[in-house]
This record gives sequence, C-alpha cells and structure tokens, in this order.
Amino acid sequence: MVASAMTSTPILQLQGISKLFPGVVALSNVSLDVGLGEVVALIGENGAGKSTLMKILGGVHQPNEGRILISGEHVSIRSVADAVKMGIGFVHQELNNLDNLEVAANIFLGREPLWGGPLHLIDRRRIVRDSLPHLRRLGLDVNPRTPLKTLPLAQQQLVEIAKALSQNARILVLDEPTSSLTGPETQRLLATVRDLRAQGVSVIYISHRLGEISQVADRVVALRDGRNAGELPRDQITHENMVRLMIGRDLRSFYVAPSGANHSPRFQARNVRTAAWPGRSVSFDAAGGEILGFAGLVGAGRSELAETIFGVRPMLEGQITLDGSPLNIRHAHDAIAAGIFLVPEDRRKTGLVTSMTIRENITLPGLWNYTRAALIDRKAECVEASRQVDAMRIRAPGVETRVMNLSGGNQQKVVLGKWLALNPKILIVDEPTRGIDVGAKAEIYRLLRALADKGVAVIVISSDMEEALGISDRLAVMHEGAIAGILDRSGLTEEKVMNLAFGKTHAA
Amino acid sequence: MKKELGIGAMFLFLCVVVAWLNPRFLSEANLRNQAHLVGMFGIFSIGLGIIIITGGIDLSVGSAFALQGVLLSMMLVEWKWPWPLAALAAIGCLVFLGVVHGFLITKVRLQPFIVTLCGFMIYRGLARYIANDETKGFGESNFGMLRPMAAGYVFGVPTSFILLIVIAAIMYVVLHRSVYGRYLFAVGRNEEAAKYSGINTGLVIGSAYAVSMLLAGISGIILAFYTNSISPSAHGLAYELYGIAAAVLGGCSLRGGEGSILGIVLGTALIQVLRNLVNLVTIHGHPISSSLELVVIGGVILIGILADELLGRRMAKTRSQPREAVAAVK
Repeated sequence: MVASAMTSTPILQLQGISKLFPGVVALSNVSLDVGLGEVVALIGENGAGKSTLMKILGGVHQPNEGRILISGEHVSIRSVADAVKMGIGFVHQELNNLDNLEVAANIFLGREPLWGGPLHLIDRRRIVRDSLPHLRRLGLDVNPRTPLKTLPLAQQQLVEIAKALSQNARILVLDEPTSSLTGPETQRLLATVRDLRAQGVSVIYISHRLGEISQVADRVVALRDGRNAGELPRDQITHENMVRLMIGRDLRSFYVAPSGANHSPRFQARNVRTAAWPGRSVSFDAAGGEILGFAGLVGAGRSELAETIFGVRPMLEGQITLDGSPLNIRHAHDAIAAGIFLVPEDRRKTGLVTSMTIRENITLPGLWNYTRAALIDRKAECVEASRQVDAMRIRAPGVETRVMNLSGGNQQKVVLGKWLALNPKILIVDEPTRGIDVGAKAEIYRLLRALADKGVAVIVISSDMEEALGISDRLAVMHEGAIAGILDRSGLTEEKVMNLAFGKTHAA
Repeated sequence: MKKELGIGAMFLFLCVVVAWLNPRFLSEANLRNQAHLVGMFGIFSIGLGIIIITGGIDLSVGSAFALQGVLLSMMLVEWKWPWPLAALAAIGCLVFLGVVHGFLITKVRLQPFIVTLCGFMIYRGLARYIANDETKGFGESNFGMLRPMAAGYVFGVPTSFILLIVIAAIMYVVLHRSVYGRYLFAVGRNEEAAKYSGINTGLVIGSAYAVSMLLAGISGIILAFYTNSISPSAHGLAYELYGIAAAVLGGCSLRGGEGSILGIVLGTALIQVLRNLVNLVTIHGHPISSSLELVVIGGVILIGILADELLGRRMAKTRSQPREAVAAVK
C-alpha cells in the first residue's frame, strides 16, 4: 500500500477480511488495495486463499469480518449481480462462455436488447453494433457474428474480457488468464492488460506464471495460509522475491539438474503420422534416464503426437520401437501393456475420474493387479494407493478422499501415482504443472527427475518456456506437426527455441 | 449406503401404513403375489440400473417383452419346440437385441435414447405384426419345467423372488466387487478418463446393454407366465419406465457413475408396494380409482427424488467446506 505511488483513494479496498468455514480459517485479516489503473498481481500457492478472497469480491461468499470499499465508499456485495453492478468483472481460468453462440451474443448474454414489445425478440442488429467497440478496444478484429467456437482459445478469452468491459467493469479480475495460451498469445494478452491499465481499468491478475507477473504487474500482493504474506513494489518484483513470499522460504533450485547418468536408448518413433497433421511425419528417440522436452506453439501437434503414441488417437503410419522390439499400438491398452504411459494435458477431463477416490483412480489402469479370483482386493488396492500417496506426498485426509476434493497439484500427483504404480518404461507428461502452485511444481519436477534417474525415459510436453528450458535434457521443438529441431541442454536458449517454434530457421 | 437406508426406511414405512389401512396386505396370497412381482420387476430393473450407471438408458425393454412373449408362445404352443430350447431362444433373442443396441451406441456412436426409442417402436410393432394383433397364450400346459420355474413356488416362496435374490447377489459381486463393475462406474462418470486408463470403453458400455437384455430376457419369461396371455399391443407396456424409476429411486444417477444393486432392489420393492397400495387402500370406504395408480406412483417418486436431491445439496454444502480445509491446511 505504501509502495505504489497512489495519489487518490484506491478504487478498491478490501480491509481486514476474514472468512471462516466450519473448523477452518480460510482468510484471516486479509487486506488488499487496488489503485485506479493499477495492475496488482495476487500470488500464493493453491489453498493460500486467493480464490476465497476473489469469491468474496465477486459476491459468491460473504466475509465474516472486514469491509469492502469501492472508491472510498463502504459497499456490501451480496451476489454476483451486485459485483457486476459495482463494476467488478471476472475472467475465469475455465472460460464460462457459450461457444455455440456468436461472439456478440456472448457479450450481451443475459442482457440482450429487445424489440417487438411483448414478443421479447432479441435485437440482433443492435448487439452486433454495440459489441463492435468493445472488441475494437481490445484490438480483437473479428466479426461479432462469428460463432465463438471457431475462434482460438486466446480470442475467446478476449471476448470474455470484452463482455466484462461492456458491463462497465472498472476492476477486472483475471484468474490464470494465460494457462492455456501460447507464448505469443500470452504476450498479446499482457499488452492488452497494459492498454486497459492506460485506459484507467484496474486489474487484479492472478497467475502462477511468475515471468508474466514481472512483466505486467505494478505491485505484487502475496497470500500464504489465508494471510497477507507481504507485498512487492514494481522495482522489487523478481522471481526469487515472489517465490520467497509465497512459500515463506527460499526455493533454492526449482529444477533438479540431470545427474549425468548414462542414457540408454529405449524408445524410437519412426515416421509417425497423426490425423492432426497427416502431411507431416515425426521421428525421434528417447533414452532411459533422460527427460526429453517437447516445446512448440499450441496446435503444433505435440499433444496429438503423444496421444497417438499412447494409442488414444489413430496412427496413420509409423513405427514405434521399445527396447528393440516393435510395438503395434492400437488402443491405450496396448501402450499401457508395453509400459508407455501418458499423463494427459487435461487432468480433470482425461486424467482422472474425479468423482472416484484416490484409491480407485490410482488402481484404475492396472486393476487386474489387485484382484484375487477375479474379484477386486480392496486391501491390496489400499496398500498400493497409500504407497503412492506417501511417495508423492499427496496431501489428503486418506486414500478414500474423492479426487475432486483435492487441489490441482495433488490431483496431478494422483495422475502420476496412477502410472508409477505400474512401473513405467516411457512416461509422457503433457503440461506437467498447468495450474499448479509453486511448491507442488518443484515436487513434480523432483519426481520426474527421480523417475529418469531410475532409467525411465521421461517425455515432457510444456508450453511454459521456463519449464521446458529448465527441465529438459534435450528439447524437441515442434512446428506445424513436424519436429523443427532437437536442442541439447548445452545449447538451449529461449531465442533458439522460439525461432524453431515459429519455423524461422532450419533444424539445429 | 445412506441412500439405501433412506429408501429402505421409506419402504418399511409404506408397508406398515398399507398393512394398517388394510390388513389384507399381509395375507399370504397378497404377499406371495407381491413377492412374485418384485422378483419379476427387480430382475430387469437391475439391468436397467447397470445401463444407467454407464450413463445410458434403455427404453425398449417393455416392447421387447411383447416381442419375446409372442415368440415364446409361438415356439412352445404352435411350433412345439422343447421348452429348454424355446426358453434359450427367447432369452437369446433379447440378448441379440441388446448386442445390437450396444453396437449402435458404442461403435456407430448413436445416442442411447434414440437407439432404444427406435427399439421401443420397432419391437412393439414387430410383436403386433407377428401375432397378427391377436392375443397369444400358453394355456394350461406346464411346458416341462418352464412354468414351474417361472411362476412356481419353492417352500411357498415364488420362484421369481428366489431368482431375484440369486441374480441380485451375483450382480452385487459383479458391480461392486469385480473389475468389470469398477469399469462400469468409471466409464459412466468419465468415459474419456477411462479410455486414457486403457479401458476398452466401447466393450464395457456395449456389454451393459447385452447384460441388461439378458436379465430382461429372464424377467420376460416370468412375465409371460404371470399374465399367461400375451396381448401384443399392451404386454409389458411402459415397464421400462417402472424399471428406470426403480433404479433412479434406488440411487442411480442418470448422469452415470452412481448406483447400487441394493438400492435398485429396494426401489423396485417400494414401487410395488405403492402399486399394491392403490389396489388395497380405501378412502371413506371408496377404493382409490385404479386410474389414479400412475398419479400416486409418479407423485411418490417425485417426492422421493426431490427429498434426496435437497438433502444431497445440503450435504454437498457442508462437504465443500472440508475441501477448502484440506487446501488451507496445506
């Protein structure tokens, strides 16, 4: 609060907010000020109270203590509608748009201008006309009549922001806005945030990606265990400072360096053609003991390649060899039987059955290993699940906890545990730390490295440049369905990777 | 388990009420008849429950009963087939339909509602066409062991009820203790995640339709000998809806991934008592018009599901807080 040079009253003040849930203090005396046209980054590990605080601001929860002031005036936000009325706009991590409708229809959803008197017909011409300026303001050059689902995710997100702005939002809350965006898309979004700031919109920016925060934030506010953990003014926003505030100690080394163990070739993919890029073919090797990274723009075909190798997408052509013997993978079942496992990109959709327990999820792919006389042996299941929970340090009341009740980081560990229980030979991890807090990230990197050291070939697909550079022993960069180049750790720079990802230079 | 306790309590409560209003409820003849009906409805309701657990639905069971009944009568009475062959053919015919449903739903990827709605129309129409719209029957003959097995008594207990107990026990193990059962729940709740865990989701889902029709085939024979005459346009009409209602009342969620054998059996029993109530209970000396039967049953199911939903929401509210607790403790 002292740090930022505010000349006028902050537009938003949350003062001494406490929120109690039965038996738990979710927030304790938390304060947050946001100045006019200021970008405040709110950081903290999952469970630090960011979401609860934002839900209070959005009218979803009511605080037990504390008050909210907007432009110096005491307000009470009793519902989501109240929040909208007070000029608070939210853009959530999972977009809440209706992608079957047009862009303009999404922007005016729920408050469509009407004509035709008692017939209550939607004035389609007006919503198209009125949505244009909001789109222009964000530099989004699309026809308002375009069906939303035809737009890339990044543009859909801008439509969400346009919707908030069209409701006269003065305070915009962006919750993990870049988690599904590519590098260039992220840069464009950050530019948009700066434009909005220049237009006097205040932004609360929630992200786990510290690189973005140092680019865009005027001030950083950290929460830890439901309390204010400190603030950083503009000139002190560094990676190390932010991590220290969030976890309360220095995180010495985020990435575990390779041990330099000798790598033995295990896995070969030759001329693999996927349905996503039928005109391109991909060949690469992965060795036991190494972490092979895959970088590239979203849509470059990395996830599709992984899913094809794993057998959940059809392979048009190609040859997969594991430990010298060729494999014929037609279903995920075949890949699993061979010891090739995939931790998919979207853990809630494809990685886990979230309504099931930790035990049931961990044993699902190898359920036959826990049977006696063809019936499931729950005790054996519990033993294995507990073993994984301990090994992964999954924080949960017990193995019978439903996965939906876990934080993102712990859910990801369950997905990993499900495969580690089966002794992987090749482990493909697609976006290992998406939407996961710093502490859990470090643990997952440590786990992946430990696996590699045991002789597993670990393949990591990452859209987070810092992560891709940090974790990979070698980094394959994909561009439009083909591998543009494979870089060794020694020659790894962000510039080289970006050039390959954009297809600017030839393979290195 | 809570759901089963709730529905069990409701069942007992209704039994007491009906017995108090009309002691004839407890008469041997009535109890036998009710047990017989619970057995017949319960067996195919378990099948429907399994389909519902995979997130699907089958609307064709009642029509399949009509088709099966007509064919069974013709095989036994007109063509004089030996009874084991006729019984096997009658069951096999429905299993075949189930396999076709499963194929269309999992391989051609048509929606279960549409596939089985077409079945609902086609099988009823076929039954009427084959029977020339005439009522078929079985007469007095026992057809070897078939009638005693379908409509007889063992120590005074209807065979259909005994069959239900045996089948429920087997299906309990299958659903709640076997790998296949776990897979059913997994594909019902998240088919994609199940596929990514190496489960052959098509086979699991498709086979549920076949298993369901296998159970319906057994129920169908019991039903045929219960009515002893098959009127192709009315035989088994809307029975699938009773089965779906029993499964849902017993805790199966139409979203898939939820349900239990005990719940389905209790749901069936509850619906039977309700039907019995309409027949037995009089108000001011006047019997409840049997035309009100569906109103009573529909109303009670609605109230039961409403109560369950409201309770569920309240529990979900209190449950969501420990979740934040877990996160906060971190």
